[in-house]
Amino acid sequence: MTAVKEAPAALKLSDEQLLEMYYKMLLARTLSIRQRLLQRMGKGAITYSGEGHEAAQVGTAFALRPGTDWLYTYYRDIGVVLTIGMTPAEVLTGFFATRDDVNSGGRNMPSHFSHKRLRIVSQGAPVATQCPQAVGTAWASKLRGLDEVAAVYFGDGATSTGDWHEAMNFASVHKAPVIFVCEFNQYAISVHYKKQMAVENVALRAQGYGMPGITVDGNDVLAVYEAMTDAVERARGGGGPSFIEAKTYRLVPHSSDDDDRRYRTKDEVESWSARDPLVRFARRLNEMGKLDERREKEIAERVASEVDEATELGEGGARPDPESALRPVFVEEKGS
Amino acid sequence: MVSVKEIPGAMGLEREQLLDLYYKMFLSRTVAQRERMLNRLGKGPFAITGEGQEATQVGATFALRPGHDWVLPYYRDIGVAITVGQTPRDLLLALLSKSEDISSGGRNMPSHFSEPKLRIVSGSAPVSTQLPHAVGVAFAAQLRGSDEVALVTTGDGGTSPGDTHEAMNFAGIHKCPVIFVVENNGYAISVRWSQQAAVPDVSVRAAGYGFPGVTVDGNDVLAVYGAAKEAVERARSGDGPTLIEAKTYRMVPHSSDDDDRRYRTREEVEAWGKKDPVVRFQKWLEEHDLVDRRKLDEIQQLAAEEIDEATEYAENAPKPAPESALERVYAD
Amino acid sequence: MAEKTMLEAVHDAMFEEMKRDERVIVMGEDVGEGGVFRATEGFVAEFGPNRCVDTPLAEAAIVGVAIGASLNGILPIAEIQFADFSHPAFDQLVSEAARLYYRSNGTWNCPITVRMPYGAGIHGGPYHSQSVEAFYAHVPGLKVVCVATPHDAKGLLKSAVRDPNPVIVLEHKKAYRLYRQELPDEDYTIPIGVAELKREGSDISLITYGMMMHHSLKAAETVHEQDGVSVEVIDLRSVSPWDKARVLESVKKTGKALVVYEDNFTGGFGAEVAATIAQDGFDYLDGPVTRLASPDVPIAPFAGELEDFILPNPEKITTAIRKLASY
Ligand SMILES: Cc1ncc(C[n+]2csc(CCOP(=O)(O)OP(=O)(O)O)c2C)c(N)n1
Ligand SMILES: Cc1ncc(C[n+]2csc(CCOP(=O)(O)OP(=O)(O)O)c2C)c(N)n1
Repeated sequence: MTAVKEAPAALKLSDEQLLEMYYKMLLARTLSIRQRLLQRMGKGAITYSGEGHEAAQVGTAFALRPGTDWLYTYYRDIGVVLTIGMTPAEVLTGFFATRDDVNSGGRNMPSHFSHKRLRIVSQGAPVATQCPQAVGTAWASKLRGLDEVAAVYFGDGATSTGDWHEAMNFASVHKAPVIFVCEFNQYAISVHYKKQMAVENVALRAQGYGMPGITVDGNDVLAVYEAMTDAVERARGGGGPSFIEAKTYRLVPHSSDDDDRRYRTKDEVESWSARDPLVRFARRLNEMGKLDERREKEIAERVASEVDEATELGEGGARPDPESALRPVFVEEKGS
Repeated sequence: MVSVKEIPGAMGLEREQLLDLYYKMFLSRTVAQRERMLNRLGKGPFAITGEGQEATQVGATFALRPGHDWVLPYYRDIGVAITVGQTPRDLLLALLSKSEDISSGGRNMPSHFSEPKLRIVSGSAPVSTQLPHAVGVAFAAQLRGSDEVALVTTGDGGTSPGDTHEAMNFAGIHKCPVIFVVENNGYAISVRWSQQAAVPDVSVRAAGYGFPGVTVDGNDVLAVYGAAKEAVERARSGDGPTLIEAKTYRMVPHSSDDDDRRYRTREEVEAWGKKDPVVRFQKWLEEHDLVDRRKLDEIQQLAAEEIDEATEYAENAPKPAPESALERVYAD
Repeated sequence: MAEKTMLEAVHDAMFEEMKRDERVIVMGEDVGEGGVFRATEGFVAEFGPNRCVDTPLAEAAIVGVAIGASLNGILPIAEIQFADFSHPAFDQLVSEAARLYYRSNGTWNCPITVRMPYGAGIHGGPYHSQSVEAFYAHVPGLKVVCVATPHDAKGLLKSAVRDPNPVIVLEHKKAYRLYRQELPDEDYTIPIGVAELKREGSDISLITYGMMMHHSLKAAETVHEQDGVSVEVIDLRSVSPWDKARVLESVKKTGKALVVYEDNFTGGFGAEVAATIAQDGFDYLDGPVTRLASPDVPIAPFAGELEDFILPNPEKITTAIRKLASY
């Protein structure tokens, strides 16, 4: 069984990069909280977010090359898309379903990210359908002799679907440069992972496909980054796919439509709050002498103003033209 | 004289049982050959058989209580059907799609076995859709507090569809009394195992579902029987599923529509011909003085007679009434 | 000009597209060895195993991987061995391929071609005989063509490969080796969504596609000779989008419409055609818009007697024409 790995303290990240990681995590957190607040105020129909997943999301995305490598995210991945380069406003215009929403122009649900320039591929709602697609994109890179890799994100519930299995198998048979990232937060809505699978660590399944599988502490951003860096290097070097299971916890309900008190105790949630990846990383950076109170405050202020600005942009964004609902169903001439 | 049960590798079977095993393998082989012959004679439009896989099919099924336990075979499983009690007559009536065809009344393709009395669940053609069904059957047995188990088979290609994964995961979680048998004959039509999966043994996947997986020599009927027996005991006693991968070889083309010379060499086929599981078991019985020539002749004669009788019966049986095509879309 | 079967036409269409554009690849089960129908015979020798790719037996992955590859510079032609086995890939086709362009507000498009041999009449039983066009034609974002002649197969398959949208190409497998037809040597395409008049007539418009087109032509011949009834046979060739204008124009001329399709009667694609004629062509009609299709039983039972009983054939079509003509 793959052991939960401790991140070695020494990593080759510069101080700026470490602080950038922290900044992205805080940005993801703050933006998520803002979205949920706006939703409660009646300003958006639904929100999905991933408070608690920031280390897993930012740590993995940080190991990719924005605009070169490909991303197939799922609805919880605010931290991933921000790290790759989406702006808070681009996230919030999705939430507000504005005309100029880069994700879908108000057609898809919020947090179903899409950004062509950043190679974030539009996402459907059926769980795990993105997995075979990511394999296809990665495989195409290989066929074309490019060194682009694809990262695909999903939850623990997704590992139960047929699409996930078919994708894992195809990727390993064809040595596609793809990294499967499972944000293992123990629940699929209300379904605890013990009802989802009969194993403790789903990374164990990777061996059944002949690919490396690793379980990491998903609340330790540096451990996650290290595992992802390994996997990305392997993929880029022709070594094929990898599977990363990042053990984490969703500190909030599944979505704004969910009441998580129905299926988990307050104690449980609190015990995970005590392991909050943001607090933990801040403490770590502080111990390393890289984040003092002043820097922390600076970052927090920057994040707050960015989120405020994004809110304004989103709220003030033009509403979609109703008749535009009829378009665009088909591409009229050859696209890219 | 040593007791038969003490012969190493006899898996605790008595002489009668061992001869029965042999008979079923031989009969399965003979039915398969007859099916392909009738197809070549233009008497049935399609035949799909599993010569070479009899040890796997008969060995695994022999560990069950026929009519009590459930089987969900796939199209290659003449040996499974025979072992739980379908007769050559049943199989040939299906081959010729006669009205008395017990499996489907001429509706399904031949070798899509079905018989409620024998607890053979009707199967379809989409590969591996039977796996979730088998898990459901086993789950129901468990819910009802019965000690029935379900045995389901599929090919190596059958390990790739999503249904297989979903079935195994469900079975693992609920510890369903189901035995998954993968008849790994190295090919899915023309596609080799190395293009199907990136692991040598698919049994390793079982660990990912939290239950045991074993790989056995699928041409060794006693080894397969032994593995299945253990799996059945586990299932019956509430310890959940097992995955058995039996490595074997299909000695004939995929079906009457296939030409296997396109994708494999005659040398390869001949090399596997030397490992013919029926011949191999016959030799084992002879080596252990469990049969002599006379007894073998008797068994083989019996099988031949049964097949001839079945052929005659099936050929003379009436075709289904055309209007019956409209019946039985819904249960009453 | 060379005489080709439809199967050869399908082979040639892919071969020529792969020659023309190196982004085009084929992928599917057994395609490396030429495929169970031999549509990709010789492709590995010509294009290598990276452009004619054997996949694991997993249809959701075949379509899903094709979608992903199509976003990254590859133009996949995915083969589903039999249309009946497209059902495991339903989610990828309906929820993903069809919706990707719309849901991303036109930023991502999915130029995949999914080929599926379909249709009954070949002793395929309930799982190698299904007509699936109505499922997919129902879904905005997918284009669906149904081909049954060598000329149409080649021209429409090429259009599918060049189309920036996901296109499902349903090839009637009973028509694969039905007959040979002269095909032009030069490159040609047939636009998706355009019907073809396969026979001109003045008394009845018979709207059909797939194998039923061949049966309908026979029936039209019979009633012409025996009854002097003149039937116009329109082959839709594409069911999404479909050529409403051409159909209505014909009905305007004849005043009578018979829609013949192989799928089950209820909710088959012909039901859409009939409803459109009833709504938009009401003023032209001199008789009931009539449908002839298979009864509502799983298509198709294996035994020849059973299969023959349920499928529409030239005799049943002849009877339906006579009944409508007598109106
Ligand atoms: C195929 C499918 N079935 C059901 C749903 C409804 N659904 C949406 S999210 C979800 C739970 C997913 O859980 P998991 O994959 O663990 O991710 P998490 O939400 O925990 O991050 C379900 C059941 C869906 N979207 N798709
Ligand atoms: C879902 C699905 N896809 C494709 C097919 C067509 N097909 C029938 S059998 C077969 C190969 C199956 O191979 P395997 O599972 O290894 O069993 P074997 O025939 O070798 O015993 C294929 C591709 C099918 N029946 N179902």
